[in-house]
Amino acid sequence: MDTMAPILAAHPFCKGLDSRYLKLILECASRETFTPGQLLCQDNQEARKFYVIHHGRVAVEIYRARRGAVTIQTIGEGEVLGWLWFDQPYHWHLDARALDLTRVISLEVQCLLDRCAQDHGFGYEIMRRYAHRLAVQFRATKAQLADFYGD
Amino acid sequence: MTANLPDPMIPTPFVVQKVKRETSDTYTLDLTRAEGAANFAFAPGQFNMLYAFGAGEAPISISGDPARPETLVHTVRDVGNVTRAICRLKRGGVLGVRGPFGVPWPVDRVAGQDVLIIAGGLGLAPLRPALYHLLNHRGEFGNIEVIYGARTPKDLLYLRELERWRGRFDLRVHVTVDQAEGDWHSNVGVVTKIIGRTRFDPPSTVALICGPGVMMRFTVLELLNRGLKPEQVYVSMERNMKCGIGLCGHCQWGPFFVCKDGPVFRYDRIKAWFDRREV
Amino acid sequence: MTASSLKVGARVTLAAGDFQHLLDALAGRGYRVMSPTLEDGRLIYGEIGKVTDLPIGWTAFQEGGTFRLEHRQDQAFFGFAVGQQSWKQFLLPPHQTLWQAQREGSGWGIIPQVQEIPQFAFLGVRSCELEAMAVQDRVFLQGAHVESTYRARRESAFIVALNCAHQDPGTCFCVSMGTGPRATAGFDLALTELLQGEEHGFVVEIGTDRGAEVIRQVPRRAATSGEVDAAARAVAAVAGNMGRRLDTTGIQELFYDNYEHPRWDEVAARCLNCGNCTLVCPTCFCHTLEDSMDLPGAVAERRRRLDSCFTVDFSYLHGGSIRTSPRSRYRQWLTHKLATWIDQFGCSGCVGCGRCITWCPVGIDITEEVRAIRETAAGPPKE
Repeated sequence: MDTMAPILAAHPFCKGLDSRYLKLILECASRETFTPGQLLCQDNQEARKFYVIHHGRVAVEIYRARRGAVTIQTIGEGEVLGWLWFDQPYHWHLDARALDLTRVISLEVQCLLDRCAQDHGFGYEIMRRYAHRLAVQFRATKAQLADFYGD
Repeated sequence: MTANLPDPMIPTPFVVQKVKRETSDTYTLDLTRAEGAANFAFAPGQFNMLYAFGAGEAPISISGDPARPETLVHTVRDVGNVTRAICRLKRGGVLGVRGPFGVPWPVDRVAGQDVLIIAGGLGLAPLRPALYHLLNHRGEFGNIEVIYGARTPKDLLYLRELERWRGRFDLRVHVTVDQAEGDWHSNVGVVTKIIGRTRFDPPSTVALICGPGVMMRFTVLELLNRGLKPEQVYVSMERNMKCGIGLCGHCQWGPFFVCKDGPVFRYDRIKAWFDRREV
Repeated sequence: MTASSLKVGARVTLAAGDFQHLLDALAGRGYRVMSPTLEDGRLIYGEIGKVTDLPIGWTAFQEGGTFRLEHRQDQAFFGFAVGQQSWKQFLLPPHQTLWQAQREGSGWGIIPQVQEIPQFAFLGVRSCELEAMAVQDRVFLQGAHVESTYRARRESAFIVALNCAHQDPGTCFCVSMGTGPRATAGFDLALTELLQGEEHGFVVEIGTDRGAEVIRQVPRRAATSGEVDAAARAVAAVAGNMGRRLDTTGIQELFYDNYEHPRWDEVAARCLNCGNCTLVCPTCFCHTLEDSMDLPGAVAERRRRLDSCFTVDFSYLHGGSIRTSPRSRYRQWLTHKLATWIDQFGCSGCVGCGRCITWCPVGIDITEEVRAIRETAAGPPKE
């Protein structure tokens, strides 16, 4: 657990977080490593984890019959995966596959939610970061929808 | 009394030496003069008016290496009558060339700086000569980052060259698409997102951007957010052009003639017009 | 009067009855004399040979969307303001073949069109029109690239200017644009028509040596100070009786700060996008290039044609046009004419001739549009 603290503290998602809150997050954290091709999550599975990526690259895919997997986004070091965990139905609706050897700190969603409910100050901090991620991703998605490279 | 028309209005015949299909609708043509062997000197970012006999002219940016002016290289997308006629030319075919015209990228004025080259879609074509120049004079520049975005992997220009550039240690190339199938191993996401992964020292960096309007708008915003000043950002604009020499009035964009005041503009000089619509 | 006193700046008087001699002198020097003349009930610029080809005794009533020829009480030679045409048609032909290309084996040979340059003498060029020529000079002669047809025609043209006198105020607003009504430069000869009872003549100011040579062949006498004063008074009367006024104070900022002004929607609702204003405007220079091929595919041709920014095609870029709305096209025209022109060429694109007001089928008035925006102007946009 001790080795996770500096990684989390340096990660953009947790940067600047009060050490008290960092400790709460650490209570829900564990390390995971994925080899290239390995799935971090799969469509329709229950969403129990939130991934803080600190090394490697992950492809977010939608599976389509006949065409197979279509990658709609790649994310990597400094980013997070699974930020829809906060909302129902607590199911993944995409596949995420490691492209390179990928190291993450995974956070237990239920554990995080419990702590947010108990300590609204902590909950607010998490929600603020969550909202920022959402806004960044939303902007990128809108840009993608605008047919960025078409004329 | 008689008058000869101004020379810049008369095309020079060039012969197609090679045609390479880049994507489903985009071709790269290697051209040499039909008569004589004079070089075609140009500066990165300049364009030519290419004339398909009988069909008409279209402004097309020059895509070759400025250090190899014996061959004129153009990458053309088939989007209309004229470009279709050009794309259908085979080896030995003849087209007319007027140029080079326009204001180039400031590559000879940014020694010592980090350079960001950000291209979307066909926008890599006018930026390739700039990159050639940077690589030809590699020691003069700081870190060089190339970000290139396209709709899908099938829409990427200069694939083999991109791979070669990616193998270099003195250059970082980030290729990204909006959507990928199969064994695409590179990025998926918009170019603006990639900017966060590049390394540059904001006070001594210059960014060269070319792509569709919406892509350039978002990219400029992201660069400004990351500490670049408007005068460190250059964009290449596109407008309808007929004469290419500032006489016909078609390429007007507010106070500018894109053909002679551009196509490359320093962002701080055009800021007031950049986001305006139907200008 | 001795020939040696015919110097640049000198003024002589030419009797109306001797005007034919001026036409003959010009023709004798090889000029085709182009002048206001009536053709099928229209006031146009055409070639004339005789004094009687002038629209003698006619005037033109002009208002927004209205041009009506009417008889005058007198026999004035030039008793009207400008008509729909301007001299630009002679300096850069609205249609011109630039070159042809001929198939030669597997290649092509390009054959530039040899242009015959007509030698024109323009008679009756108003001050606003001289200024319009000076504006087009900046476009075609003073940039990095020179339009050689324009240059050849412009350099060879002999100009007989006409100071405005004896006409209705109509749609003119040259005074507020600083372009008239008196011709101050850019002419070989400048006439002021004098109509005083039975006396009918012209005070002629010599502008160039070339002008002096022509006058030398014409019966004339030194102008009296009374005649010179009468000429100045007639011109001053026109200056004091302008039909319109356009306030050019801070005009660039006015346009740039009001790019989204609601007035653009209002004027667009009236504007037919017919392009008349661009055709009659003496400074509008936009043109396009057209290509064609003959049926056997052996000869290709490139032509230049006058174009108008009011067409959707004008801003066409693969896939669509930039200026799709009528509002944006009207805005482009007016903003260019009065504001961006100054950035581009260092002068206004408007010379206050009023043609765009007269010939607009719905009577849109450029001076009124500027006034409307000015009265309800927004401040500069916030950063």
